[in-house]
This record gives sequence, structure tokens and C-alpha cells, in this order.
Amino acid sequence: MTLDMLPLALIDGIAYASLLFLVSMGLTLIFGVMGILNVAHGSFYAFGGYAASSFVMMIAPHTESAALPLITLFLVAIAVGVLLGGIMEFLLIRRTQGYDPILKLLITFGAFLMLEDIQRLVWGAQPHSANEVVSRLGNLEIGGIYYTSYQLIVVPLTAILAYLLLQYFLRHTNLGKQTVAITHNREVAIAIGINAKKIGFVTFVIGTILGALGGAMAAPTTSLVPGAGTDMIVLSFAVVAIAGLGQITGALIAALLIGIARSISVYVAPEVEVAVPYIIMVLVLVIRPNGLFTVAQARTI
Amino acid sequence: MRLYAFSAVCAIAALLVGSTLPWTITPMIIGLTYAIAALGLSVMFRAGQVSFGHAMYACISGYTVAFIAREVPGADALLLILAGVVVSFLCSTIIGLFVVRYRGIFFGMLNLALSMVLFALLGKLYHLTGGTDGLRINRPTLAGFTFDRGEYEFWLLGVTLAVSLFLAWWIQRYFKSGSGEALSAIKTNETRLEYLGFSAHFVMWQGYLVSAAVVAFSGALLALVQGLVTPEMGNWLRSAEYVFIIILGGAAHAAGAFLGAAGFESVKLLSSAYFPGLWQFILGFTLIVVIFIAPSGFVGQILKRGRS
Amino acid sequence: MEPLIKTTDLYLAFGGVVAAGSINFELHRGERLAVIGPNGAGKTTFINICTGYLTPTAGKVYFDGKDVTAMTPRKIVRMGLGRSFQLPQLFTEHTVSQCIQLATARRNRRLSWFRPLSATVDAGEVDETLRLVGLSGDADQISADLPEGKRKLLDVAMALALRPKLLIMDEPTSGVASEEKHGLMQTVMHALEQRKVTCWFVEHDVDIVAQYATRVAAWVGGAIVADGPPDIVLNDAQVKSEVLGT
Repeated sequence: MTLDMLPLALIDGIAYASLLFLVSMGLTLIFGVMGILNVAHGSFYAFGGYAASSFVMMIAPHTESAALPLITLFLVAIAVGVLLGGIMEFLLIRRTQGYDPILKLLITFGAFLMLEDIQRLVWGAQPHSANEVVSRLGNLEIGGIYYTSYQLIVVPLTAILAYLLLQYFLRHTNLGKQTVAITHNREVAIAIGINAKKIGFVTFVIGTILGALGGAMAAPTTSLVPGAGTDMIVLSFAVVAIAGLGQITGALIAALLIGIARSISVYVAPEVEVAVPYIIMVLVLVIRPNGLFTVAQARTI
Repeated sequence: MRLYAFSAVCAIAALLVGSTLPWTITPMIIGLTYAIAALGLSVMFRAGQVSFGHAMYACISGYTVAFIAREVPGADALLLILAGVVVSFLCSTIIGLFVVRYRGIFFGMLNLALSMVLFALLGKLYHLTGGTDGLRINRPTLAGFTFDRGEYEFWLLGVTLAVSLFLAWWIQRYFKSGSGEALSAIKTNETRLEYLGFSAHFVMWQGYLVSAAVVAFSGALLALVQGLVTPEMGNWLRSAEYVFIIILGGAAHAAGAFLGAAGFESVKLLSSAYFPGLWQFILGFTLIVVIFIAPSGFVGQILKRGRS
Repeated sequence: MEPLIKTTDLYLAFGGVVAAGSINFELHRGERLAVIGPNGAGKTTFINICTGYLTPTAGKVYFDGKDVTAMTPRKIVRMGLGRSFQLPQLFTEHTVSQCIQLATARRNRRLSWFRPLSATVDAGEVDETLRLVGLSGDADQISADLPEGKRKLLDVAMALALRPKLLIMDEPTSGVASEEKHGLMQTVMHALEQRKVTCWFVEHDVDIVAQYATRVAAWVGGAIVADGPPDIVLNDAQVKSEVLGT
């Protein structure tokens, strides 16, 4: 790989990492608060992407604006998050309280299977995309190389903003602080009067929105096809496992690690590209069995 | 005793059905390979662990069959099966050394990651592995005989049934043996196990090898009946299907894998017939219902108490 | 003769709390040591360190003359140690018999991949262990279904089945109904006498201590403040005020 490829690879990697981070942030948040590793989170990504592309395709012919399709992405993500996440939490997730983590995971796997078929029913097997967003936002030239504004600015910015918003929520709002309390010790938090049910609902919806946002932001640059959710869920598992379950800032670092490693490998060793996230995951887990940033456990005997 | 007799009768019945209705042979063999794989996975369930990557052992076994069949054209099917199992088993001895140090979600995820590395590499290394199209396997001789397609499939069914009966019998004995009971003690109290002088890692490693070897059989048989191996054999979704089957059938007894596979295939068949395009939906719904209605029934037996 | 357990300058702190502060301690064969002290004094932590569950920051532990400071519980147990816990650690989905069988099979190092567990151990030996602790009638009960006192007995029995040189019991009578406490201790102590097993137990009940111990060590705040025959230690002024609350 020549050195002038490096900036391109980096930007590519960062944009990819941003998407990965959005999705993983949602996944790890839900795990930290509710103890569920939600396999259906991949479906949220897919639904976010598909829905975003549908709406953009609908709106794009009726307007010249560059901002409107972009805003559509965000609105769709929020709508999908609230609807899908809200319904799923209400019908299913809250009933899993107290079950073994693996059983919770398997229950969400059942939900994932159900959503896969619904997705296929609604959107079929044709690839869906939302390129309009990218093309309307134009290109930027830096140092002789052209980047799309979307990849260079919009995507990473969205990820960072989402991260900062979430951190603000968790640290400076009452609801957020209560959420953190539940993460640290659920029983004690409930004992002092925190409404775990409400927090669970809000957290799950926020997590779903983040997952859907990842998909919505991916729609302009990738093609959504059946299996997109399946691929994304294992990737976000890798990010979350590397960072440590429940570690949000850790997920940022892990996503960057994977994103950049993967995009560099596209240039250096393309056959290994798809395997890179999992190779990193194996290496990290062998050295730090609970992820890079997990805290120690208490004694049990 | 009754169970052995019953199984033997079922096996004979299967052969009869296969000889009179040849179109049922391939589905039966495939269904059995799923059951065998789930049986292997159930050994891990006994220790309270769920692996989301065991399909990699079916994959390694299947690709070994394909490679050897290509390089050694005269290799007999039985030899191919043995080779597949041995190679997969050897891989599991090494992988197992790392993996048995983990429990719970991380055990599941580490196995998942390893299987996805394999899956990804198999798909990309086109010149070695045929990429996502996979590798074809020409019909080999079976026990020295050269069969035409119909005969080959029938006798392969026989082999599969024999392997199924043997593995079910052996695994059930393993469950009741000292090693097997020590393995299931990992689920309930690993600390106590260590304080009795057991190495929980070693006990787990032994179980891991057993489970991988059994899954390997399923991969070799699947390769031989399909005449094809693809990376899909090692995909995490495949591993998840094995998990699904054991949830349905339970890991309390070796027969659970077969009952679960029968249930799994039935649900798939019925939903494809009546609700085509929704079979995954129905499967997912069934999984959720099964986990909820039997929290300490056969599902709770698999893992630490359903409700803690 | 070498002490069975010896620690030199053993030190362990959790954050700012010293759980074991430069402990020099010896336990000799044939002793029945009772360890007393308020909650949080470090009694269980000391057991955890001596049995390999925790690693001390400084100091050494010797079992039967060998340095076991860095060893895991599994290795130390194989050298002749048995332990029962504050909360009984049982195989909750196995029967009482199976729990003893597993311990016995492990001691005999006969673990088959094929023959049933019950066939690889001497049924007589298993029965004898059960009889020693009075659990013969419960042999086929799932261990999780036993009442608290019997669960404690099973915990001790599993350790005994290892034929250890030293049996460590962490609060053997806690959670047991008062009227059953003496019965339990008598049964266990009798079994230990028969098999010539050295005993170290943590206990809060002073009567039990007075009746069954040959030596008492009192812990306060991560240190041993009194160590000697029961009638001396139990009448010690500091022990009386800080441990016994009298």
C-alpha cells in the first residue's frame, strides 16, 4: 500500500467505525442496563437502513434540497427506534427479567428470526440504497484527494454527537443518573425507589434508536440486502466483546480499532479483510478475557 | 433398554421409508446430521455453556472430506468420514485449550468469533477453497462398493443411522460416566469442583473435544450427501440452529437432540407448506414460546436455573 | 514434626482494608483449632489465602512443609486438604450420593469416559462416608432439596471423602437450628477422630468452641490477637470485649 492511500484508508476506516460504533453503542448500553445481549439489534440496524432508503427514495424526487434527505435519515432512525424498540420492549424484553443471560440472548434470537422474515416481506430481496444523500452533499478536496462530505464529515460527526449526547444524558440528567445506578447495582437501585421498568423502557428505546441510526447512516453508502442485519450483529458483538460488555467509551475505541484495521487490510491483505474484526476479537479475549475495559468482579465464597 | 429397542425400530423404519420413497432419503440424512450436530452441542450444554461457533467443526470436517476426495480420488467414503472427524478433532484439541477458560456469554462469543474467522477465510480464499461457491465432492465408493446415485444415497442413509445410533449410545454413556458427571458439575459449582481437586479446565476440555468430535461427524456426512461443501456450513446462523434444536429437545438425555431435530424439521416443513416466506418467523416465535413456557422444565435443565 | 499449615509474614489488603496483616501462624497435626472473631476480621480471607483461592501480597504459606503460596486450590487439595464453606458449596443438581461419588472418584483418580460414575467407586466407601455424617437416608435426594443442616453436613462429607490430612470448616453450625448444632459437631468431630484428621474451624458459638476445640485463635481487624487453649483465650480481656461482646 502506498503512503498516499493512507488518508483514504483512514477516512474510510473512520466512517465505517462510526457506523459500527453507533450500533455497538446501542447494543452495549442495553446490555449494561438490562443484562441482555440483544441479537435482534442487528434487525434494528437493517430496519433503520431499509426504512431510511425507502423514505429518501420517496422524498428525493420532490425536492432539490441536500439537507432534507439527510434529515430524513435521522427522523427515520428515531421513528424506527421508538416504534420497533418500544413495541419489542413492551411485548418481550420486560418479560425476560430474571432469566439467565444466555436464555435472554436466545429469546432475542427468536425475535431476530421473526424480524428477518418481516423485513423480507416488506422490502424483498432487492438491494436498497439512498445514494441521493451522498451525491447531494457533494465532495471536499483535501491535499489533492477528493472525499465525499458525507463520509468525511457527516457520519463521524453524527457518531460523536450521539456519543456526547448519550454521555450527557447519563451523567447530567436525573433519568440518566438513575440508569447508571441500575447498571451498577440493580437490586439496590430498585430498593431506593428507582423505577427500573421505566428506565428499562427508555434505555431500550435509546439503544434501538442508535442501532437504527447506524443503519440509516449506512443506507447512503451501502446496499441493504437480506443478511445485512445478520452480518452487523456479529460485528457489533465483536466490538462489544473487545471493549467489555457495557463499556460505552470502550466501544468507541474498539470500533475505531476495527474500522481502521479493516480498511487498512483492504489495501494490504484483502482476503483477510472480512476476518479482521474476529481475529482482533480472539486476540483481545485471549489476553483480556472480559474485554479491554471491564472492571474486576467481587468474591463469591 | 426400551429406548434402545425403540431407536433400533425407528432406524429400521427409516430405512424402509427410504427404500420405498427415495425422495425422503436426502432430507432424512440432512435432518440426522442436524441432530448429530446438536448432540455434540448438548455436551457443552451439560456444562451449562452454549457455543455459538460449533458449526466450525462441521465445516472443518466437511472441507477435509472435500480436500481429500479431490487429492485422493480413490478414497472411500468411510475413510473420508474418519479423516474429517480426526482433523476436526485435532483442531478442537488446540482451540479447546484457549476456549475452555471462558464461561457464559464470552464462551459463546469466542467460539462465535473463531467460527466467523473460518467462515470469512473460506469465503475469500477462492483459489484454495472455492470461495463462497464451495467445493464439489464426486461420489466416492462406499465401503468399497461403487454405487449409482440412488443406491449410494440409500446406503449413506444406513451409515448415517448407524453413526447416529452409535453416537447417541456413546454420549448417553458419557453423560453418566465420571467424566460426564464432573462436566455437569461445572454447571452447578465449579468452585467446589476445584476444591475436590478437579481441574475444571481439564474436565471442560475433555467435554469440548467430545462435543467437537460429534459435530465433526455431522459435517462429514453432510458433505457426502450434498456432494458439496460451502462456507455456510460454518456460519454462526448454523451454530444457532444447533442451539435451537437443543433448546427444543433438551440436553438431559442424548435422545433430546434427535427429538429436537425432529421438532425443528417439522416446524420448518409445516411452515414452508402453509406459510412460505415465514418459516423463520414461526421458528423464532416457537423458540420464544418454548423458552417461556418451560423455564425450569427441560430448558431449565440445560442451563443454570431458568429464573434466578 | 513439621506443622501442617504454616504462614510467615502473610499480608493481604483489599484497597485500604488490611484483611491479613503480617500473620505468622502454625497449625500442628492433631489440633482442633477454633477461629473466632467478629465479621470482617479476616477469618474467611485467611482460609481463602491458605487454600489458594486468594494470593497474598506478601508472605508465604506452607502446607505439610511445602510452599503453596502460589498454588491453586486444586493443587493444595490434592496434597491432602479438605474444606467446607460458610455457604455450602454443593453440586445442586446432583444427588447426595453422586456428590460423594464424585469426591471419591477424584481421590481414587478413577474417572471413566464410559463406565457409569457409580461403578467406578467403591459403594461401601461411599456408604460409610454418608453414614459417618448421618446422611445415609438421604442418599438419593437432590442436594439442593436438603434442609440447611444437612446441606452443611454434605459439604463436610464431600471434604471428608477426600480423606484429607486437614479439614477446614468455615462456620459449620451457622444456619443450623440450635438444638441440632451439638449433634452436628459431635458427628463431625467423631468422624475426624476416627480418621485422625486435623481440624480447623471458624465458629461464632462459644459453647461449641469451648466444647470441641483444643486451641482457639481470635482474630480482630486482620490480626490474631489471642492464640492458645480455649479456657485462656475465651477469658482474655480483649477477646471478651471485642469478639464475644461481654
